[in-house]
Amino acid sequence: MAQTAAKVQTVIQPPVFTNPWSEGWRSFRSNKMAMAGLFMILLFIGAAIAAPYITTFDYKEQDLMGRLQAPGAEHWFGTDDLGRDIFTRIMYGARISLWVGFSSVMGSILIGTLLGIAAGYYGRWVDMLISRGFDILLAFPGILLAIAIVAALGPSLQNALLAIAVVNVPVFGRLVRAKVLSLKNEEYVTAARALGMRNGRIIMHHILPNCLGPVIVQGTLSIATAIIEAAALGFLGLGAQPPEPEWGKMLSDSRQFIATAPWTVIFPGLSIMLTVLGFNLMGDGLRDVLDPKMKN
Amino acid sequence: MQTTILEVNELRTYFPIRKGILQRTAGYVKAVDGVSFRVNKGEVFGIVGESGCGKSTTGRSILQLIKPTGGEVIFEGQDVTRLNEEAMRRLRRDMQIVFQDPFASLNPRHKVSKILEEPLLVHGFGTVRERREKVAELIETVGLNASQLERYPHQFSGGQRQRIAIARALMLRPKLIIADEPVSALDVSIQSQILNLMQDLQQSFQLTYVFIAHDLSVIKHFCDRVAVMYLGQIVEMADKESLYSEPRHPYTKALLSAVPNPDPEGPRERIILEGEVPSPANMPQGCVFHTRCPMAEERCRHERPVLEQTSHNHAVACHLYASPAV
Repeated sequence: MAQTAAKVQTVIQPPVFTNPWSEGWRSFRSNKMAMAGLFMILLFIGAAIAAPYITTFDYKEQDLMGRLQAPGAEHWFGTDDLGRDIFTRIMYGARISLWVGFSSVMGSILIGTLLGIAAGYYGRWVDMLISRGFDILLAFPGILLAIAIVAALGPSLQNALLAIAVVNVPVFGRLVRAKVLSLKNEEYVTAARALGMRNGRIIMHHILPNCLGPVIVQGTLSIATAIIEAAALGFLGLGAQPPEPEWGKMLSDSRQFIATAPWTVIFPGLSIMLTVLGFNLMGDGLRDVLDPKMKN
Repeated sequence: MQTTILEVNELRTYFPIRKGILQRTAGYVKAVDGVSFRVNKGEVFGIVGESGCGKSTTGRSILQLIKPTGGEVIFEGQDVTRLNEEAMRRLRRDMQIVFQDPFASLNPRHKVSKILEEPLLVHGFGTVRERREKVAELIETVGLNASQLERYPHQFSGGQRQRIAIARALMLRPKLIIADEPVSALDVSIQSQILNLMQDLQQSFQLTYVFIAHDLSVIKHFCDRVAVMYLGQIVEMADKESLYSEPRHPYTKALLSAVPNPDPEGPRERIILEGEVPSPANMPQGCVFHTRCPMAEERCRHERPVLEQTSHNHAVACHLYASPAV
């Protein structure tokens, strides 16, 4: 009797009150490529944080007797032309690249979103002014503009970061402007106006949160290009200055040994490639989650 | 004596058509072209017409959500077209709107509790607790449950969402609600529920409605007085009984004849209109309806008829009923 009663009893599932973010995470988790990207990024973030604990050498320490050693038990990735441990330099280099990637993109997002919202929401001459400014910035190839800015300000990591941030501002500005233009005509924004909300509140509570999806996607992808651009500037000697272990700089310093000591170029190159790939994969995954309409 | 709560005088809303790289104004779409009416306190005033006739634009122009090009909108003795932004913002608590599509009018990222609390917040009502209490009270009033407050709009059905939208409009205890096709996006079975809810609320909150719809049977069920719009103008305005029993304007007659009659034996006399609605960017000379009117005369092509009282509580803009031309 008790048995049948137990059988008859149906399992009533408690209603799941999901919010958009946890739903997004669920679908992101099922995307294998995106998870691989996230894993790569976490690997490099881990390396950047743990650099002092997992390395036994100093990234500046030269050992001219042991220069250009092949990878082995002591020097996992070998040594460069000044006898510095490449593994150590890659670990510390992750700090520079990730810092440049995150902070320059953060700067671009901040300024770009601000300008994009102003242009899209207020329209008219504000839009004209800001949009033409974006057009001017976009008229130059990104890297060329960055070189010009760094050349004008003087070569240093700070200035390279600033230059990359400036180059990316119109990317976010245009994205946000377009999104705001379409959101402005959404009925819930009209409803907000009908309820007597001020522009500031409409922007902060109704427009901005609904712009964030594409901005996060573009931000992730832009970190990848920012890292490449930083490496390119470093390669040209316009970014991080020696003895900073910047990956692009490491590449350019060792390129004459590419035939005799390939490990000096392979490892920095591989690091750049993997971080960029990681951010790209994750960005694509995020796009599928946050912005299904952009999928093609 | 009935008091007028809303008076609309010669309301005009034109949208400029811009052309070329210089964005030169090449003409205007006359969405609303000289609309006048009065709404009495406590009544339901219906505006009916086909798509694109300017009925929604009229509603939004009254609320200044679209800035009208000309005319007056007098709400409780105040011309709202002349108010500055801040004064208008404060006045909005007295005049609210319910939109057609409950899937578009609620912010998908906000929980219902936030959607309902926001109007109170922006007008500085009470403390957090008082606001919560009011939200909980109103959601019950519209027939939902306070336990559903922590959900997002996408977790509700269309009818439930429209209830939320109505609750939001009611939060500030408005005197006037403009209902812009509030049921036309809903299933027929849900429509009557929402209409009954709106009717109950009218009693308990002493509301005045301007009810915009294209469905004549919904209007008949709900409204006290009806204005029929065509191409941005009111062609006929009358008490509901009078309009439905003896329509005067040829356009109204055609509209009413198109309402399906459930009685198969009943009289069937459909007036089929020829042609298309002219573009509001290029309005016909004379009467706006003469291009499709089965009874058009020479005079209709040149002279625009004005809305004239033909009997008590019945006005029509048609030369057939007007005094002969001078």
